[in-house]
Amino acid sequence: MARLVVLGGGVAGHTTATFAAKWLGAGHEVVVVTPNAKWNWIPSNIWVGVGEMSKEEVTFDLAPVYNKAGITYKQAKAVSINPEGSADNASPFVTFEYTGQDKAGELENMDFDYLVNATGPKLNFAATPGLGDANGMGEHTVSVCTADHATHAFHEFEKSIEKMKAGERQKFLIGTGHGMCTCQGAAFEYIFNIEHELNKAGVRDMADIKWISNEAFLGDFGMGGLHMKVGGYVVSSKIFAESLYAERGVDWMIGAHVSKVEKGSIDYELLDGSTGKESFDFAMLIPPFAGVGLKAYNKAGEDVTDTVFAPNGFMKVDANYAAGAYENWKASDWPRTYQNPTYKNMFAAGIAFAPPHLISKPMSSPNGTPINPTPPRTGMPAGIIGKAVAYSVCDLITKGENAHLHEASMAEMGAACVASAGKGVFTGTAAAMTVFPVVPDYEKYPGTGRDTEYTFGEIGLAGHWIKHILHHMFIYKAKLKPGWTLIPE
Amino acid sequence: MKNEEHNFSRNDQSNLTMIPGAFARALRTNVIWQFIRFMVINIKMLVVVSKSH
Ligand SMILES: Cc1cc2nc3c(=O)[nH]c(=O)nc-3n(C[C@H](O)[C@H](O)[C@H](O)COP(=O)(O)OP(=O)(O)OC[C@H]3O[C@@H](n4cnc5c(N)ncnc54)[C@H](O)[C@@H]3O)c2cc1C
Repeated sequence: MARLVVLGGGVAGHTTATFAAKWLGAGHEVVVVTPNAKWNWIPSNIWVGVGEMSKEEVTFDLAPVYNKAGITYKQAKAVSINPEGSADNASPFVTFEYTGQDKAGELENMDFDYLVNATGPKLNFAATPGLGDANGMGEHTVSVCTADHATHAFHEFEKSIEKMKAGERQKFLIGTGHGMCTCQGAAFEYIFNIEHELNKAGVRDMADIKWISNEAFLGDFGMGGLHMKVGGYVVSSKIFAESLYAERGVDWMIGAHVSKVEKGSIDYELLDGSTGKESFDFAMLIPPFAGVGLKAYNKAGEDVTDTVFAPNGFMKVDANYAAGAYENWKASDWPRTYQNPTYKNMFAAGIAFAPPHLISKPMSSPNGTPINPTPPRTGMPAGIIGKAVAYSVCDLITKGENAHLHEASMAEMGAACVASAGKGVFTGTAAAMTVFPVVPDYEKYPGTGRDTEYTFGEIGLAGHWIKHILHHMFIYKAKLKPGWTLIPE
Repeated sequence: MKNEEHNFSRNDQSNLTMIPGAFARALRTNVIWQFIRFMVINIKMLVVVSKSH
């Protein structure tokens, strides 16, 4: 009997664990180590952040689901991995610290045959002074990255609405809180949902709304933008993004690194090297992401974290980390199997794997401050990678260690993404987009790097309906309700 | 002044963009048109999803 330990029960880890448990059956053990008691459909946190959904609507208890699936569930956070075992344990093992199950704070070691690291991002608020510290978000801004953060954001938003109703103008500043952030899409959704809700509350004319981001152009989204066919033209996402901001009366500041956050203002540096201050009454700034800080030790107990993890804390996989300058970047640098090159029984899925380089063009200010989006790994790629890794591990377990590994390169897969711009059955809108492939391949598609037949986007009510249906569909799937395997990632 | 013209005049940033007029905006929330787009977008997305697995 083999044991697969999955670290992290988010989009990627939950996909890996549930498929592996289904395919392996009772003959093998699947364990999930994850610190939260609840699963969260993160994309809908945007609606929690404007009070259109409650935390309960976007989360559910993990324990009964894992119980039903025959998965061993440890409510704990992984601390370190010993891929070679230790002096007194010949088996590879992982060390984790309980966060619940009446054992909070207790440490436990668990042996594994295969390990999948799907721990997602650490929300690195501490990277920007004032945005937060090692313990989390600071007091001056809000976030929508977790359901609890989003609930807090809504309460602050409500206070701003009350002030506007009492005649006090409010300035909303929304975007990224550091020059190396990703996840611009989430901030994009939040700013337009805020704008939509202000209209609904009848106080839009009392609000100044401004976007701030590390993108070199609006519509970059960390993917270097995208080109789509519209009205016989092939058009950059920049044109459409700027159009939407202008239409909705939202100003923008791009190429911006937020260097400090204080009560009511931020300090920023722009790509041209200039610096300044921007004031706000309400700010939602996405923090940069890093790996969650797992350590790794060899058999002798020596720290081999640098061997297993990249400097940003994400786990090394079968990517080409030596591509060098932007001019040398290729689609083939991107990983295919997500297997750790040193320890072949370890994989990383979703945000937890170390990308070989950025997708957007690297940029820095004349002062040397890097200001560019880091590569996003959205829900669909995270799910597809999680499933491919589950396939590989199941084959390794059932067919032996020479089994063929399954592949899911982000340079060969597309992604469908629906970005909400306001909620409402008849008044809502969302930008429905697909890109193919996620990582541009300029050898295969020399013009735009992507196949313009399969890369498109449009905004409208239909997109909102799709976003709402996806909310219910993915929660249904994650709860393993009948037919869950038929719903694609 | 039409809504889009008001937004063009807000500042230089907005002035250099394209802003949809009343008809294009109405289509975005027109239930019949959006139902058709719903079908079209779903088919397009399913094609991309099937090419990605
Ligand atoms: C507000 C917001 C909106 C978004 N909207 C969209 C969208 O519309 N469409 C889209 O495609 N994507 C969207 N995304 C991105 C999407 O949420 C991510 O791509 C996806 O969640 C990544 O999956 P993951 O499994 O890698 O990470 P996560 O889903 O973050 O899961 C990581 C898991 O690991 C756990 N963990 C952390 N530390 C440890 C540890 N030490 N040990 C064990 N477990 C640990 C975490 O608790 C979590 O459960 C959005 C993201 C945000 C923040």
